[in-house]
Amino acid sequence: MAHGPATLADGWRAYISRWVFTTNHKDIGTLYLWFSFAMFLLGGAFAMVIRAELFQPGMQLIRPEFFNQMTTMHGLVMVFGAIMPAFVGLANWMIPLMIGAPDMALPRMNNLSFWILPFAFAILTSTLFMEGGGPNFGWTFYAPLSTTYAPESVNFFIFAIHIMGASSIMGSINIIATVMNMRAPGMTYMKMPLFVWTWVITAFLLVAVMPVLAGAVTMMLMDINFGTSFFDAAGGGDPVLFQHVFWFFGHPEVYIIILPAFGVVSQIIPTFSRKPLFGYSSMVYATAAIAFLSFVVWAHHMFTVGMPIAGELYFMYATMLIAVPTGVKVFNWITTMYKGSLTFETPMLFSIAFVILFTFGGFTGLMLSIAAADMQYHDTYFVVAHFHYVMVAGAVFSGTAAIYYWLPKWCGKMYNETMGQVQFWVAFIGFNIAFMPQHFLGLAGMPRRYADYGLQFADWNMVSSIGAFIYGGAQIMLLYNVIMTIKFGKPTAEEKTWEGAEGLEWTVPSPAPYHTFAKPPEFK
Amino acid sequence: MSTDASNRRVVVKSLFGAAGMFAFAIFVLPPMYDLFCEITGLGGKTGDEYTAVDVRVDTSREVRVRFVASNNASMPWIFKPTQDSVVVHPGEPTEITYFAHNVTDQDMVSQAIPSLVPNNVADYFHKTECFCFENQPLAAGDKADLKLVFIIDPDLPVGVNSVTLSYTIFDITDRAADPIAQL
Repeated sequence: MAHGPATLADGWRAYISRWVFTTNHKDIGTLYLWFSFAMFLLGGAFAMVIRAELFQPGMQLIRPEFFNQMTTMHGLVMVFGAIMPAFVGLANWMIPLMIGAPDMALPRMNNLSFWILPFAFAILTSTLFMEGGGPNFGWTFYAPLSTTYAPESVNFFIFAIHIMGASSIMGSINIIATVMNMRAPGMTYMKMPLFVWTWVITAFLLVAVMPVLAGAVTMMLMDINFGTSFFDAAGGGDPVLFQHVFWFFGHPEVYIIILPAFGVVSQIIPTFSRKPLFGYSSMVYATAAIAFLSFVVWAHHMFTVGMPIAGELYFMYATMLIAVPTGVKVFNWITTMYKGSLTFETPMLFSIAFVILFTFGGFTGLMLSIAAADMQYHDTYFVVAHFHYVMVAGAVFSGTAAIYYWLPKWCGKMYNETMGQVQFWVAFIGFNIAFMPQHFLGLAGMPRRYADYGLQFADWNMVSSIGAFIYGGAQIMLLYNVIMTIKFGKPTAEEKTWEGAEGLEWTVPSPAPYHTFAKPPEFK
Repeated sequence: MSTDASNRRVVVKSLFGAAGMFAFAIFVLPPMYDLFCEITGLGGKTGDEYTAVDVRVDTSREVRVRFVASNNASMPWIFKPTQDSVVVHPGEPTEITYFAHNVTDQDMVSQAIPSLVPNNVADYFHKTECFCFENQPLAAGDKADLKLVFIIDPDLPVGVNSVTLSYTIFDITDRAADPIAQL
């Protein structure tokens, strides 16, 4: 086998070896994408269990202890297993194609950073079958819930987080090295596609904060097993310290999730508006500003722990400040569409829905940033609704848009436009039915993370559950659409799948050959 | 410079940055947090042992000091202040006691952790002697009066007429039995 990947025709052993030992950025991107979709379905299954139990007041299906494990695992699997690897997969596939590089800068580290991930999630998921159950302390794992009162399996959870962190850091270093050293001649930083820009900023965030998360779980590990007292008041520690360390990681983390989504949308909207992106350089600076501000606002997650008034005011105003660069981005997307020759193919539908729903989620975020009002909203379903609007309608919609947008380039076949649009509308309607009512529940005072609720919350919970089942069904449709496209899609060999698309990735044939840009392309 | 060499530079720098952030989280953030709390008085932590200095007793002011006790989740002892509150003049050393009773049939070791509200007075509440400076062993069934001597600083901000001192008692028997943990 001189060139080209092994296929099933070469036998099972060769085929499996290809995927296990691959150092090809396209193969690894594919692995990341399939893995993240599997995790997305797993985390979605946990969500279905949660919504089924909350369909009616009272306990019907599961015990409260198991409910707590479900909310925890849903959050962990979705954040670390579904969304983050999905965007790393997109980065692996698209960044070399977009900057005209033959591969990622560090192909073998790329292989390692993917292949430790399945082990991390196998360890994490296995805790559900252990005595005492899996992690049940919420995805934010506040001490002492996650230390003194944690189930025995917490050590496996800590180890899994360490592995995920190592994987993310290696993936990020790879992206930084690729973007810094492998750009085609003529591609200066300020000519890079915005997806590349947002990813390189995300990569810097990851290198900076994943070690802080590793530090937080390491301190937990020491407290649990080695008698230290970082978070234990009995030994002179402080549980509130945990919240500071966690959110010092956690707030940049939410921008790690959303910045690549911004990048995807900034590629798609110009294509289907047939206009260049409005305000390219302001987009770059806004992204950098958001990344910088994300480091100095963490305590807005902790307004209720007790802070001096000066602290509350500082974190309130700093948080509101983030709305400025975010507003610049939304303005630019809308202005890109203004007077464009718009068409509404599936990727564009998902992108427009992204802009609308993400902005909505941004506004509820502004409401939450008001320290005085947050005393009321804190830990209610209003918060749950807020972050699902930015994470699901933000990151997941944008990821879905990316799949439809680049799928023809990946597999050389066109998806069924009707099926794509049907899937969009099912997802869009299901999503809003699921999460819009949670705003009302939260404002009415329903706390999050409980397996049961008062009778006054019954109606909207039932509506929310129905929406969640519809939205879950939309993901099965997405899987169906992707598989049908790969198996039976109409072949499309043209280099430029979309009429208005710009960029180097649209100069290679479809499907993209196994090796591209062996010789650096001309970039003007 | 070749691509390989510049890649290596990026990797080394990034790994160095990542390791630095890890060290920052474990070795810098916790002491920084403690220092911040100490300066601002947040968290209501009171200071270490205080050596009394000769100060005038400000008999023109009266401050009520209230005492609260609570047990951490699994702590079975009876633990309470022997008086609910005292009225003191700033500058005057006052001795009070807490009562502790190990009601179990096992020898146990406890540690009391103080907290003070309002939190901006932490700097003006001095303890010359306190059971909280050490851990408290009690044999099975034993009782003890635990002594505390404090002085309210005469510089106590005007307008503060009442201070509440709370102790939470923790069971640290396991930790005290483990010599490594005591280091």
